Amino acid sequence: MPDLGPLWLSLQVAACTTLVLLLLGTPLAWWLAQTRARIRPVVEALTALPLVLPPTVLGFYLLITLSPNAPLGALWLDATGSTLTFSFAGLVVASAFYSLPFMVQPLQSAFESIGKGPLEVAATMGAGPLDQFFNVATPLAARGYLTAIVLTMAHTLGEFGVVLMVGGNIPGRTQVVSIAIYEKVETIDYAAAHVLSAILLSLSFAVLLLVYTLNRRFPVQAG
Amino acid sequence: MGLSLDITLRFGTFQLALAETIALSGVTAVFGPSGCGKSTLLRVIAGLERGAMGRVALGAEVWQAAGVFVRPERRKLALVFQDARLFGHLSVAGNLQFAARRAGNSPGFGTDEVIKTLDLGPLMARRPAQLSGGEKQRVAIGRALLSRPRLLMLDEPLSALDSQRKAEILPYLERLAGEGRVPMLYVSHAVSEVARLATDIIVLHNGQVSLRGPLTQVLSDPAAVALLGVRDAGAVLTGLVQGYDPVDGLTEVGLDQGRLILPGRLGPVGAQVRVRVPAQDVILSLAAPTGLSALNVLAVTVTSLSAGTGPGVAVGLACGTDRLLARVTRRSAAAMGLTEGMQVYAILKATAVGQQDIGSGGPEGR
Repeated sequence: MPDLGPLWLSLQVAACTTLVLLLLGTPLAWWLAQTRARIRPVVEALTALPLVLPPTVLGFYLLITLSPNAPLGALWLDATGSTLTFSFAGLVVASAFYSLPFMVQPLQSAFESIGKGPLEVAATMGAGPLDQFFNVATPLAARGYLTAIVLTMAHTLGEFGVVLMVGGNIPGRTQVVSIAIYEKVETIDYAAAHVLSAILLSLSFAVLLLVYTLNRRFPVQAG
Repeated sequence: MGLSLDITLRFGTFQLALAETIALSGVTAVFGPSGCGKSTLLRVIAGLERGAMGRVALGAEVWQAAGVFVRPERRKLALVFQDARLFGHLSVAGNLQFAARRAGNSPGFGTDEVIKTLDLGPLMARRPAQLSGGEKQRVAIGRALLSRPRLLMLDEPLSALDSQRKAEILPYLERLAGEGRVPMLYVSHAVSEVARLATDIIVLHNGQVSLRGPLTQVLSDPAAVALLGVRDAGAVLTGLVQGYDPVDGLTEVGLDQGRLILPGRLGPVGAQVRVRVPAQDVILSLAAPTGLSALNVLAVTVTSLSAGTGPGVAVGLACGTDRLLARVTRRSAAAMGLTEGMQVYAILKATAVGQQDIGSGGPEGR
């Protein structure tokens, strides 16, 4: 039985990244769905960049930005006493950038498909903007949230290039499961690679199966 | 309490420009063809059109003016949309509660009362997706009432429904209108609905008010013929039921001067009924006619003659305090020598404004 530490680390990074992206991605998706600002396509393109960039490119820029020599990395070092690069926090920051489109795009399209109708009628009944968001838009976008959360988690679990660039391969600290598998294969420890891969495969399948089953049971949200 | 408006709103080449004070007693119909700006007007009043310029005030409360914009959620009015817009994630009960909770304790309709009035009881546990179009609209009206609005606005609430569903909802609206507990602004392009519900009417054309006033007055104004079209123009009279003949199945309705005989049982003696007389269903005669199958003949005075661009002449008629409208051809008007002040007889096919004429074709579709 190989060390399951990397798998556990991957799950922790995925969970933290999803939480961070829920908090940051929701207002961004909401703004993108509502705004008529000219800057919107620019922001949309930036959000989608991680879909097309090689992870090494994103990882390279992140490595430079997060390093203690750069202003952001230095600020973090001053505030926390540890570096962002080659640390858990750095992995989460890098993953958040890498998985951003997987959170924002499903949410944005869910908010867009709700349209203005239900929000306007809620407004005429005395619901302010926050009330409209939490009690009308959010429950109506439940499917979008489910999709966004699962895609973000799954995508973060499976990432390789970005975490390798930013976090390196420090067992017990930054060695996530995908990197651990790569290492096992490199050292011809196929047995361990088999176990880790099989766990990841069945875990991913189970989660996706759960989502598709839930999705089917969700009531139709037609007004 | 009046609603005073002085607004302009531009959409491409279309412009809504309006300076009106709406008294807000009873039901004010906003009438006009599609695309004349009726719905947009309601949205401006509700505060949903941020592009509108000008001033909107309810009584002394200014909702919109230079540097002032009261958000829709603070205006305390309700808008029933054409497409109901129920919340899909909530049951009917949840939809009603959503409104009731946010109404606070302002005076107005109570939950039990609304459920009873609109017969919502059997629907409470259902989801909007499980409701028919008519049921959805009833829930939407109930939800609007439960937000305890100071003004209830309805944007073509029946236009998406077939004639059977319309007939199902109109009595509820009529009851609401009759109770007069909340002033209503009712947008419609169907004369039959307006004739049944409204006390006052504003006719919009290309984003501007072309006629306005009490319903009976406006609908009997010869100028209305051109605006409403030949098929829809016609007076609405209010009369009292004087008796019912069960053998022939006819109801006698008394007017200020004269009486009408109408098919069907229209209500108990003393009940008020509205009668619609389409202008094209009025025939004029110089002599008192005899030997006609028509039951209704009124002695009237010609009050106005207005020729439009077509072959028709709109003839305004007075019968006591009631006003009627007839449409005859230019040739007939000349042959009869019609002039203002002349005494003539009007032979008419009148219909009580009731459930039977709410069909898709309006009263003409009998």
